[in-house]
Order: sequence, then structure tokens, then C-alpha cells
Amino acid sequence: MPASTLPTPAATGGWSRWANAHRKWLFAAPAMVFVAVLIVFPVAWTVYLSMTDAEGSVRADFQFIGFANYVQVLTDTTRFWPAVGRTAAFTGVVLLVEVLLGMAVALLLWRPFRGEKWVRVAILMPLVATPVAVGMMWRLIFDPNIGLANTVLGWVGIGPQPWLAGERTALPTTMLIDVWQWTPMVVLILLAGLTSLSDEPNEAALIDGASAWQRFRFVTLPLLMPTVVVAILLRGIDALKTFDILYATKGKGGGSFNEVETLNVYAYGLSFDYNQYGVSSTVLMLFFLIIIGSMWALTSRRKEIG
Amino acid sequence: MLRQSVIGTSLAMAAALGLAACGGSGGQSTGGSGGSSTLRVTLANHVWTENIKKALPEFEKQSGVKVELTQLGEDQLSDQYNVKLNAGAGDLDVMMYRPLQEGKLFAKNKYLADLTTKVKSDSTWNWADFQPGPVGSTTYEGKVVGVPIITEQEVLYYRKDLLQKAGLSAPPKTLDELKAAAAKISAANPGVAGFVARTAKSAAVTQFSSFLYSYGGDWVDGSGKSAINSAPAKAAYALYGSLIKDYGPQNVSTDMSWPEAMAIFTQGKAAFYTEADSLYKNATDPAKSKVSDTVGFAPFPAGPAGSKPYNVPSWALGVNDASKNQDNAWKFIEWATSKAQTLANQEAGVPGARASVWADPKGTATFPKDLAAAIAVSTKTGVGYDRPVVVKVSQAREIVGQPIVDTVTGKDAAASADAASTAFQKFLDTEK
Repeated sequence: MPASTLPTPAATGGWSRWANAHRKWLFAAPAMVFVAVLIVFPVAWTVYLSMTDAEGSVRADFQFIGFANYVQVLTDTTRFWPAVGRTAAFTGVVLLVEVLLGMAVALLLWRPFRGEKWVRVAILMPLVATPVAVGMMWRLIFDPNIGLANTVLGWVGIGPQPWLAGERTALPTTMLIDVWQWTPMVVLILLAGLTSLSDEPNEAALIDGASAWQRFRFVTLPLLMPTVVVAILLRGIDALKTFDILYATKGKGGGSFNEVETLNVYAYGLSFDYNQYGVSSTVLMLFFLIIIGSMWALTSRRKEIG
Repeated sequence: MLRQSVIGTSLAMAAALGLAACGGSGGQSTGGSGGSSTLRVTLANHVWTENIKKALPEFEKQSGVKVELTQLGEDQLSDQYNVKLNAGAGDLDVMMYRPLQEGKLFAKNKYLADLTTKVKSDSTWNWADFQPGPVGSTTYEGKVVGVPIITEQEVLYYRKDLLQKAGLSAPPKTLDELKAAAAKISAANPGVAGFVARTAKSAAVTQFSSFLYSYGGDWVDGSGKSAINSAPAKAAYALYGSLIKDYGPQNVSTDMSWPEAMAIFTQGKAAFYTEADSLYKNATDPAKSKVSDTVGFAPFPAGPAGSKPYNVPSWALGVNDASKNQDNAWKFIEWATSKAQTLANQEAGVPGARASVWADPKGTATFPKDLAAAIAVSTKTGVGYDRPVVVKVSQAREIVGQPIVDTVTGKDAAASADAASTAFQKFLDTEK
């Protein structure tokens, strides 16, 4: 709408007229300033830091060194690439298990039954617990000498397992904790999707004589697909960035053999333990690109599915 | 949530950098007597802090300064300093810090104010009373940047009842005797480990250092080259690893720092434990320990080079260089490190750094007798550092700690020490 068609009070000065003519900028300005200050500036600063040799203190002198950090990080096969591998393995496994398990639980909770409310509340409990507290709790449960897990295993005649203490068992154990904590979120999302589906297609399939599996595979699942993708997207980004559970159970560096060190834990160690702000920013930038990349891959896939 | 803290901190850093740039010009000149009457003191969670907290009203009354106390766990404290000092924030006045962990880095970055003239200004407070070892660690390039408050020596914690049961009349005097006794006790008592100590890569380094020195080894040799692959060092790694692997707890975790190792000892699940003496209250306090009445203390057992435990200042007080309240900050430090406060703290079980308090019978009256004797021995033969003396301590600890976890998990000590030494030499080259 052109500004001239609006009624302009006679007493207005130049400022009002200007504001009136630039309404769309004016109203969007607070949000734009907010984005610039809190998102664009820190990201730009990180990009800049990632190309410097900042170390020890960001107030000390540092040099612009171009892509040297990137070369160093991308050729680092002792810490960086294993961390990438662990991040991918962690995300892949927990995502797969959480979506399959979440789908099963959501289907069980879909139809109304007695005591439904209580079951739902019980299932959602892990979700509302603080991840650090969850980490501490599981650390006690999985203690190799006095923990509950090994006691229970002892009852059925299985010997004590190292769990979080083992070089090879630590990462799978943290996956287990993550699955315990975050499957309820997948359930929640899928359940919301399921309840919004109409009953007619399912009833029609039932009349046509489709089995329960066929009804799920060819009716419910395709209709639910957009919700599944949303669940994967949300959970996937979150799983990639997991920090609290890993840090609370294994501490700095992800254990003495870096056995649960994912990219996030590595970047944290680089900046807060090693004070290598330049290299840390480089790792964070690469991590950022990985997240954006997987997000893009998933969303484009989502359009494909509809 | 923790995972947001990385982003959050970079935001804070970025914002603070902007602010620092704006306010830079006026900063230092306003420092001095015109400071605010509210003093911001940041302390670590420690028995020392609890004692000082109780006495604070006395300081506030006598000086007219209001103290705003922040108390944090060790790791959180480090992170807090990292963010605030990096940003040049002036809202930290007095800082409790670890001279051997962060001291060199902080001093190099000029985070710590020069206290040289201040410590020498008051002869009744008496700077000369502080032990020379600890003072060396709070001095950087000839300038005093901190006042040591807590000292630590490594001693041997042991279980009198288990020793008696095994027919041993006295605690082991040498590391070989320690190994034999640990083997004997663990074989005779199923479910009880002969020996326990820290196993986490970085945390174990300080407690391993006494083994290294007692074998005649060191982190670097006289010419500044890595020495962790020397024959004594390899033997020390092999012994420490084998004590835990062969006679330690079942399914031993490689993530144990002192709380975990101490828990095993105080639950009655281990016979010997090498640890810092400053933590002894955890073992002797019946509320925390099941073995409070059977725990004994002995000097660190001798190796081929004698008994050479570390004797270090674990904590010190410094003043933030960007603080605008430096005079009041010094008043606080002077009070908190006074003879009276040091004695009060030592009576509560925190070993201090003042020679006169150690000489005073009251200074050791509350310590278990055998512990006081062990400390007296350690302060004579002790080595003044318990980790490599470098700027980037965290990295160095991880490198030299690798052979510890390797041997604990059954890998070859010599091969691991060789690999670690190569990495350590590379690290030392970047330090120059």
C-alpha cells in the first residue's frame, strides 16, 4: 500500500512521515538488531578467530594465519577425526534406536486405555530431568564396583561389566543413557502426529481386510511421515550437540582415552582447558558446517516425502 | 544446560570484548584508594574457604569493607576465570587460584596484579615467614603475584587393621615393601584391594609425581628436554600402573580423581592409598569414612632415590590486575593470610604455608600424630612441583599422564613412555 493513501495528520513532522514511509523496516528493526548482535556478530567473530593463532588469552596479541588452523585440524587423526567418528556414531545409533523405540511406544499409547494418563506421565519423566543430574545418577548405577547395574547382572549370573569405566564400553553406555532420556521426546512428537490423523483411512483398510502390519506400513506410516521427519530433525540436531550427558559421566576430554570425546566435548576442551581459542573456533566452525549440512540434507529429504 | 554454555560463553566473550574496548582508556588510572567498599572475592570449594567464611564478619567489622563472596567447584572456577579474565572484567577482585595449574598462564597474560611492594610493606604480617618453596611458585619473573594459602605433600594413607592382620608391624618404608605388602593383603582379603590411587589421565599426574621423583626421575632433564622416557621414569610408570592393575580394585575405572579413589579407601575397600595430605579429613572424619578409626599415615615410601614426595602450594590468593579495588583486595589477603587465620585454618586441618605456624606446637596439635610426623619429613625432602612446570599445564598433564592409564590398563609401560616422551618433546618445543 503506498504511503500517500494513508491519512496524514496535519501536525506530523518529518520524523513521523519518514517513519510512516519506512514502516516495514521500523517494525522489523528490533528483531534485526537482536539477530545481528546475538547471532551474526558472535558467528562472525568465531569465523575470524578460527583464522588466527589466538591462544592463552584473547586479549593477548594474535596473528591472522588464514586457513592454517583448518589444515591442522582436518589432518589431525588423533583427536579431530576420531571425535567426528564418535559424533556420527553416537548420533546415528541413538537416533535409530530412539525413533524405532519411540514409534513402538507411541503406537502402544495411541488408543485410549485405563490409566493412560499415569502411564504417559511415567514415560515422560526422564525428559523433565536435568541432563547433568541424569548423568550423575547413571554414573552411580554403572559404577563397576558398587553400582546397581552390576548387582542386577549378578542376580542372573552375569559377571560385572566395566560400563562407563571401559575403554570400549563407555560410548555405548552413554548411548544407552541418551536413549533412556530422549526416547520420550520422540514419543511425544509421534503421539501428537498420531492423534491428529483421521480414523477413516485406517477403517477403510480394515474393511478391505488389511492386517495390522499392513495397516501400519501402508496407511499409518505414510500419513505420519512428515511428523517422523520432524522428530528425526529435532532429535538429530540435539544428538549431534550432546554435551551434558557426556561431560557429566566422563568429564573433560571424554575420559582418559578420550573414549566419549565428541566434537562438542573436544571444542570445549580446546577452549576451556587448552585455551587454544583459534583452533577451538576452527573445530566449532567445522562442527557448525556439519550440523548445517545434515540439517539441509534432512529438510530437502522432507520436501521430497511431502 | 551445559551444552549451551559454549555458545553462551562465546557470546559473553564477544560482548565483553566490545565493552572492554570501550572502557579501556579509563581503566587502570582509577585503581587505588578510591575503590568501592564492596569487595568481590572468588574462592574455591575447600575446607579453607569454609573457615574463612565463618570468620568473615570479623574482617568486615574491622575494615569496613563489605565482602561479596562467590564460591565455586574447581572446574567451574577455572571456566569462570577463563571467561572473565579473558574479557578483562573488573568485577573480580580477590581470586583463589592454583599456582601450579594456572599461575604461569595467568601471570604471563598479566591477569595477576604485581604484589611485590605490598607484601613487603608490613613487617608484622611478615612475608619472610612464608615457606620458600610455595613462594617460588607464586613468583613470576621476579614479581610476587600471589600469596600461598594451602600447601600439600603426598603421604601414604594405610589401614592399620589390615596391616596387623597380614602380620606387618609397620607401614612400608620403601616402594618395594609397599608392593609386597599390597600383594599380600589383596591376596588374603578377597574384595579388598591392596592399593588404590588416582587413575584419570590428568588427575593422576600429580600423585604419580612423587613416584617419579623417588625413582630418581623428573619430567624434564637439566637441559629442558623431555625425560619421561628415562629408565627411572619407565620404572616409576610400571610400578604405579602395576600397583593398580595387579593389586587395585576390580574393573578399575580410568576416570578416578581423588573423590573416587578416596571413596574406595574410605569404604574400606583398599589397604594403601597415596594421596595429598590436605585431604586427610575425608578419611578421618567418621561422618565421611567407615575406616576413620583404623586409618594411619606414613611418609611417602622411598624409591631408589629416597623418599621424594612433592611439597607444593595447591592454592594461593591473587588480585585481578583489572580490579579497581586493589587496596581493599590486599587488605583482605593480608587478613586471610595472617598468622592468626593461618593457625585457625591449620587447627581445622588445612596445612598452610607459614613456617612459624608449623613451628608452633598448636599448629600441628589437631593433626593425627603420624600425619604430622609424615608432613614434617615431606617438607624437608619434598620437591616444589607436582606436575610439569609449563604454561600450558593441561596439555602437558594429558601427555605425561598417558603412560599411567596405559599401564593401568595393561599396556607396556616402556613403549608408552617412549611414545609419550616424543609427544612431550614436541609440546616442549612449542612452549618456547
